[in-house]
Amino acid sequence: MSKRKLSFKEILFETIKYAFLLFLLLVFVIPLLTVFFTAFKTGTEYTTTNVLSLPSSFLNFDNFKEVFQKGNMINGFKNTVIILVFSLLGSVLTGSMAAYIFSRFKTKFSKFVNGMFLVAVMIPGIATQVATFQIVAGLGLFNTRLAPIILYCGTDIMTIYIFLQFLENISVSLDESAIIDGANYFQIFYKIILPLLSPAIVTVLITKGVGVYNDFYTPFLYTPKADLLTLSTTLFKFKGPYGAHWEIISAGIIVIMIPTLIVFISLQKRIYSGLVSGSVKE
Amino acid sequence: MTKTNENVAGNSSDISTKNIKKKLNFSSLPYKKQKIVISIIFLIIPVILLTVFTYIPAISMFGYSFTDWDGISKTKNFIGLKNYQTMFSDIKYWQPLFVSIYYFIATFVQIGLAVIVAYLVSFGCKASGIFKGVYFFPSLVNSVAIGFVFIFFFQPGSTLDTVLNMVGLGGLTKLWLQDTSTNNISLAFVSVWRYVGYNIVMFSAAMASISSDVLEAARVDGANKFQQLRHIILPGISTILGLQLFLSITGALSAFETPYIMTNGGNGTMTFIIQTVQYAFQNHRVGLASAMAMVLLLICIIVTSIQNYVMNRKG
Repeated sequence: MSKRKLSFKEILFETIKYAFLLFLLLVFVIPLLTVFFTAFKTGTEYTTTNVLSLPSSFLNFDNFKEVFQKGNMINGFKNTVIILVFSLLGSVLTGSMAAYIFSRFKTKFSKFVNGMFLVAVMIPGIATQVATFQIVAGLGLFNTRLAPIILYCGTDIMTIYIFLQFLENISVSLDESAIIDGANYFQIFYKIILPLLSPAIVTVLITKGVGVYNDFYTPFLYTPKADLLTLSTTLFKFKGPYGAHWEIISAGIIVIMIPTLIVFISLQKRIYSGLVSGSVKE
Repeated sequence: MTKTNENVAGNSSDISTKNIKKKLNFSSLPYKKQKIVISIIFLIIPVILLTVFTYIPAISMFGYSFTDWDGISKTKNFIGLKNYQTMFSDIKYWQPLFVSIYYFIATFVQIGLAVIVAYLVSFGCKASGIFKGVYFFPSLVNSVAIGFVFIFFFQPGSTLDTVLNMVGLGGLTKLWLQDTSTNNISLAFVSVWRYVGYNIVMFSAAMASISSDVLEAARVDGANKFQQLRHIILPGISTILGLQLFLSITGALSAFETPYIMTNGGNGTMTFIIQTVQYAFQNHRVGLASAMAMVLLLICIIVTSIQNYVMNRKG
């Protein structure tokens, strides 16, 4: 296709196309770039210079020090990591086990449970928080890390879908030959299915992990206590004391974005394919 | 008895002949019984979590909506349909639903833009990976961080105003997040900015299954780029497009995080969920908040049912 000569119309189209794509690129980069510049400016520099101007030095880490020392960002990282580890472990286990039953044993019971999950999709989680809150409080989980962990493990159809899709591609004849060899169903699950599901597990870890890392309302509602704040709620608290100190808030924004950027750059392909497999529920 | 059986079955790391005796416990069950045992063990936790944190809240919320409960005291009085009457008699409770229209239109813009960009980057585009990557990245970023990036962006004299001044449009500057003529548009813009890349990647993945030979044949037959998009690309991605349009309705109704973080629902940017959360957790009117949430729940269930019906019929 690239060999043939382009007509004038096509050259015009290509020019407009790249101009448009580059314009969009600026729309995406500029809001983030100004925050990045601001994070390296001193307080007076921020108030006196243009937001688009470069900081006098990219080696001024004072704002980052402030974020970690007084902004409690380390505490936020700690809580987010703890919640991430346990909720990811929980949802991989429960999700893969449920999907295994749904895909391999199509009994009335498993179909009924599958139906329960499908109906639950219609209930937007955020709308029922009013009542979920009462249950969490009633179980004594308010202001404990267990509250977000359990809520993240609990209500996720996406995870089950991702596992189901992979399971449909694992031939049942594998299960059958293992049965002939005398394996029981637990062994089939742990020794044959689970290892074969590892690409699905990676996908779930990424999509679910990003969701948990970025979530705001769950920790905001359920763990408002100072030493239980996550990254989201820690940063949210910056609004008060640092109201006018955008150089410090900017540093906080950058600190939260760095892990995301690293994950994105190193796992880009996986993230795209995970997104596609999660979105097309068939 | 069953418990020891499971342990043995779960832990035995090699199915060597030596372990036959132990293995016999669970394995000796006929496969039919094994099926029942494993179904119950594997599904019990998901079912409990689903029931306790999704179904029971939905049902008890229905109950609360007929009471005057404040969420704290032990007593709650049955007051019948009064909460619903309160809601339907005063327009102020419905105002937030009109705010959803901004988000709804924004998602249409977002999907339209995403289709065009996905088309542009999918077929014969240089550096398409970089374009897609930059557009997509915001959808992975923390919601509070995004909210703050744009509070900064829209501040007087900050990024947006500076750029407008640079291109000679300085006269347009205003208080983007306070001025009631622009604040909802500014917030809706943030949600487009954040999620359009997600749609771009999704649509371009769907477009990848369309063969470029078909497009080339259409070009040879004299179809221009727009006709190719209209008659080949759009039908090729119609299923995922339909699904996204339906999701945008429920998404617009449930808009919460961006406006809550950026404006706290002030100056007419209150969405239905912000209102519900404020009545439940700040004004301590759980009964009324439950009635509001029930209305939203009902709308979402209706929309999703229509969606399932339409999408299934399409096959």
